[in-house]
Amino acid sequence: MDKSQYRDVYVFVEQRGGRMQSVSLELLGKAAELARALGERVCAMLLGDVVEHLAAECVAYGADVVFVADAPQLRDYMTEPYTQVVCQIAREHKPGIMLIGATTIGRDLGPRVSARLATGLTADCTALDIAEGDDGTLLMTRPAFGGNLMATITCRDHRPQMSTVRPGVMRAAERDDSRKGEIVRVTPLFDESKFRVRLLETVSEERETVDITQAGVLVSGGRGVGTSGGFEKLRELAKVLGGEISSSRAMVDAGVMSHDRQVGQTGKTVRPDVYFALGISGAIQHLAGMEESDFIVAVNKDKFAPIFQVADVGIVGDVNKIVPLLVERLKK
Amino acid sequence: MKIVVCIKQVPDTTEIRLDPATGTMIRDGVPSIMNPDDKGGLEMALRLKDEHGAEVTVVTMGPMQADAVLREALAMGADRAVLLTDRKFAGADTLATSNTLAGALRLLGYDLIITGRQAIDGDTAQVGPQVAEHLDLPQVTYVEQARLSDDNTLTVRASTEEGYRMLEVGLPCVLTVLVTAGKARYMSVRGIVEAFRREVEIWDSARIGAEESKLGLGGSPTRVAKSFTRGAKAAGQLYEVEPTEAVEIIVAKLREKFII
Repeated sequence: MDKSQYRDVYVFVEQRGGRMQSVSLELLGKAAELARALGERVCAMLLGDVVEHLAAECVAYGADVVFVADAPQLRDYMTEPYTQVVCQIAREHKPGIMLIGATTIGRDLGPRVSARLATGLTADCTALDIAEGDDGTLLMTRPAFGGNLMATITCRDHRPQMSTVRPGVMRAAERDDSRKGEIVRVTPLFDESKFRVRLLETVSEERETVDITQAGVLVSGGRGVGTSGGFEKLRELAKVLGGEISSSRAMVDAGVMSHDRQVGQTGKTVRPDVYFALGISGAIQHLAGMEESDFIVAVNKDKFAPIFQVADVGIVGDVNKIVPLLVERLKK
Repeated sequence: MKIVVCIKQVPDTTEIRLDPATGTMIRDGVPSIMNPDDKGGLEMALRLKDEHGAEVTVVTMGPMQADAVLREALAMGADRAVLLTDRKFAGADTLATSNTLAGALRLLGYDLIITGRQAIDGDTAQVGPQVAEHLDLPQVTYVEQARLSDDNTLTVRASTEEGYRMLEVGLPCVLTVLVTAGKARYMSVRGIVEAFRREVEIWDSARIGAEESKLGLGGSPTRVAKSFTRGAKAAGQLYEVEPTEAVEIIVAKLREKFII
């Protein structure tokens, strides 16, 4: 393959019901950094049914070109129609890099596209960089073995270099409505004989619709909080600080917290301004999800708990004594 | 109905510890298990077999030791087990792995292919959809439930961030299944005894007849350039003080950071 024909950093822009997903904004921000390093452009791929109004938003967040595919077949995400359109754009325009959010949609689409284009895909990357003094090789770093090991993966001889990135890992750029970009309409050439999955129903479950990845302050509890009333105090603390509560996996397994509030390798990756790790020992799986937080306060009885290795302030003590006092103090 | 379940033997990653002195992984003594999502997938296959009758085949790619998870699957109720093992398969990334599995699946024949959503040692969730693409089959990922709505159609519940979607998919197809699909049954005593008497078929690359350029390290577009344990950032200050004093320290720091 002649790699020199492949250029620009492409982002699959994920929208659900006409709403851009935050991970797409984060990817556009990262793509802009990579494109600057390469001297190339950021190209957004926007698929849906009547979604062209989102193109301006893509530009404001860093896209130089937006490929817009509007078709009724693209109204809801379905594997085959989306794969066909993404591959159509890729075959025609030859991207050097393609980034996709590691959501349930992105992790369904990414491997399908990579197999169709016969190229490599690296899942759930936490860092992306361009190798120095090279032909634009993308260095894709991701955790493996449940977060116990980090690996940097490359895809030197195939294009595009594809990567999925978890929501909350990259930072979105500041919105800039003065940016200019080009909008390119794509007419999908569907092979509908391959559409063999039918959507019967989409169900949003009644749940608290919080997104802990967007919280400025996270009050996170673990085993040390206990399964009884301890979490009530954590809720109070979060409320006083205008934050949200979250937890380690142990508390989700114990049924105290719902999975959407779990921080860590198998939960969410968060980077709040302040992260309280309360009664959390800091298993590497948990650290993988929160160590990028700006400021970390840890309270744990065990002075050798690994959480203290990443904490900016570590307090050796009982969370169930300290948190109520802290709430009281802050209320003053 | 012919159901093939792709399973993987993985180290129990929750048992892996880091050597604090060298920062390397301690793998000694870490047990190998059947990947949890794959076990959920196997359970789904066995339930479909219980209800409608089916031949359930389990297949894995791995070293000879991976025989253990195949025998576990036989003891749970699978009918046939195939181990894909060959030095030419080694070093495979997800694309090469999916090519190897797809080669075996073409020979085995199938109405339904089930894989786990992802394996706990890699967490990529890529092999299932890539197998589906190689075999030109429709896929549904993140599956929590599946039932046969008629002889050729599955009604499937797939998990999403917001809730779930109900989908209808014609056979043949590929499902990638979550561990939560169903609590896996235990191996029966008779099943365990029999599982060790039964044959696990060993297939190599010649048997699969796959193009060698698509297998193993040579068939892998991606390479591990380097691996490392995450460097711990410099630890902050540690205080062993009375709770009231601890509270003052935290409050002072929050002020410094303009949180309060």
